[in-house]
Amino acid sequence: MTQVSMTVNGKAVSGEVEGRTLLSGFLRDSLNLTGTHVGCDTSQCGACVVHVDGVAVKACTMLAGEAEGTEVTTIEGMANPDGSLSTIQQAFQDHHGLQCGFCTPGMVMSAAALLQDNPNPSETEIREYLEGNICRCTGYHNIVKAIMAAAGQDVSKIAAE
Amino acid sequence: MYAFEFERPTTVEDAVKALASEDAQALGGGQTLIPTLKQRLAAPETLVSLGGIAEMKGVCIGDSGEVCIGGATTHATVSGEAGDYPALAELASHIGDPAVRNRGTIGGSLANNDPSACYPAAALGSNATIITNKRDIAADEYFQGMFTTALEEGEIITEVRFPVPEKANYQKFVQPASRFALVGVFVAKYSDGVRVAVTGASEEGVHRWSEAEEALSADFSADAISGLSVPADGLIGDLHGTPEYRAHLVKVLTGRAVTAAA
Ligand SMILES: Cc1cc2nc3c(=O)[nH]c(=O)nc-3n(C[C@H](O)[C@H](O)[C@H](O)COP(=O)(O)OP(=O)(O)OC[C@H]3O[C@@H](n4cnc5c(N)ncnc54)[C@H](O)[C@@H]3O)c2cc1C
Ligand code: FES
Ligand code: FES
Repeated sequence: MTQVSMTVNGKAVSGEVEGRTLLSGFLRDSLNLTGTHVGCDTSQCGACVVHVDGVAVKACTMLAGEAEGTEVTTIEGMANPDGSLSTIQQAFQDHHGLQCGFCTPGMVMSAAALLQDNPNPSETEIREYLEGNICRCTGYHNIVKAIMAAAGQDVSKIAAE
Repeated sequence: MYAFEFERPTTVEDAVKALASEDAQALGGGQTLIPTLKQRLAAPETLVSLGGIAEMKGVCIGDSGEVCIGGATTHATVSGEAGDYPALAELASHIGDPAVRNRGTIGGSLANNDPSACYPAAALGSNATIITNKRDIAADEYFQGMFTTALEEGEIITEVRFPVPEKANYQKFVQPASRFALVGVFVAKYSDGVRVAVTGASEEGVHRWSEAEEALSADFSADAISGLSVPADGLIGDLHGTPEYRAHLVKVLTGRAVTAAA
């Protein structure tokens, strides 16, 4: 076992990990931050996406030891300081961008990373960016619409599906 | 995953030392190795992360104008910073998805030499030099069949040097489930001739299509290869495509790459 220390959602944290402990496991099991979901064993579903030093990564495909000294943001760190939903989260709710909600933490974290790099993405750019995030419920349409709305685009003419 | 020790050296020298111990293995971005470990298809005693070695990260321009990429440089960095070789930056920007590109590295991709991976096509198509902690290896000697390379036990790719061609383009026909190349073709036109490297197609892994190289060196146009055909012998057949289908794609994608480059 070794000690790792990092900043998670603005708070300094540390804990004991094995060499094989994944960042997703450290967040969920040691820190009880179970918003980061694990949906596959093949690094393909994106339910586990978090930000490490400002960029989106799959927490299930990074060892906790690799995150030593980094700044991690998870879905628990996305709400506004007063506890209200952030713009992206609120847009997912308003536009029915989730059904069962399993993929949603990863979708929101990917959407936030996209909007940070590209504040006004086209529909095609949003779809391309979400290539690594799989949703089995929504058919993606309302997720894409929610992200367009979160970017401040007028989505009133796009049909609900 | 089986249990293993984890080390994170900060210099190539210390990484080489750590890799000398029994059953130690290098960890690049982990985007291939971690899923492999989860399936218990590998059981290293120690994983030696290359992610903390600053000297192995970044893109720069070499003395003869070649684009030099540190072995632990992520696909995202190559996509953003290798603008002096646009076809290479473009290829990197379409590997997997954004989260994979933020972790996966060029050294890991070339060391793994997956028969459907993108970078091997760029390295072979450019006759890049693979630089390790021990020696320099020309791409023509480096790739030795699927998942097989000239690397020895514990040898680390520290840098890859790409001579910049006059024109180049990579065409990737995406396998929609994995996002790897079902077939990918990299075409590069240098002053002394054209190179065509094909990934995703052959049981032998990445390889050159020499008939097309000859025809394109004489006349760099999609018409120049219209009379050629690719034999289906030795090509991969799986549920995503037959050998005949892959043979067809090799020619179509080569034509598209030439048109896009010209
Ligand atoms: C969902 C998904 C989609 C993907 N899509 C694509 C795609 O479209 N095209 C594509 O080409 N790839 C794709 N990949 C693979 C990705 O590019 C990997 O990043 C890459 O193949 C391996 O690089 P890595 O740095 O992650 O290496 P790792 O997984 O850490 O290591 C892979 C192997 O290389 C060895 N190694 C690592 N670095 C070095 C080094 N510097 N020197 C010597 N040996 C080293 C390791 O010991 C291991 O054997 C995808 C992966 C995922 C998960
Ligand atoms: S849990 Fe599926 S990609 Fe991480
Ligand atoms: S809302 Fe159920 S998987 Fe996306």
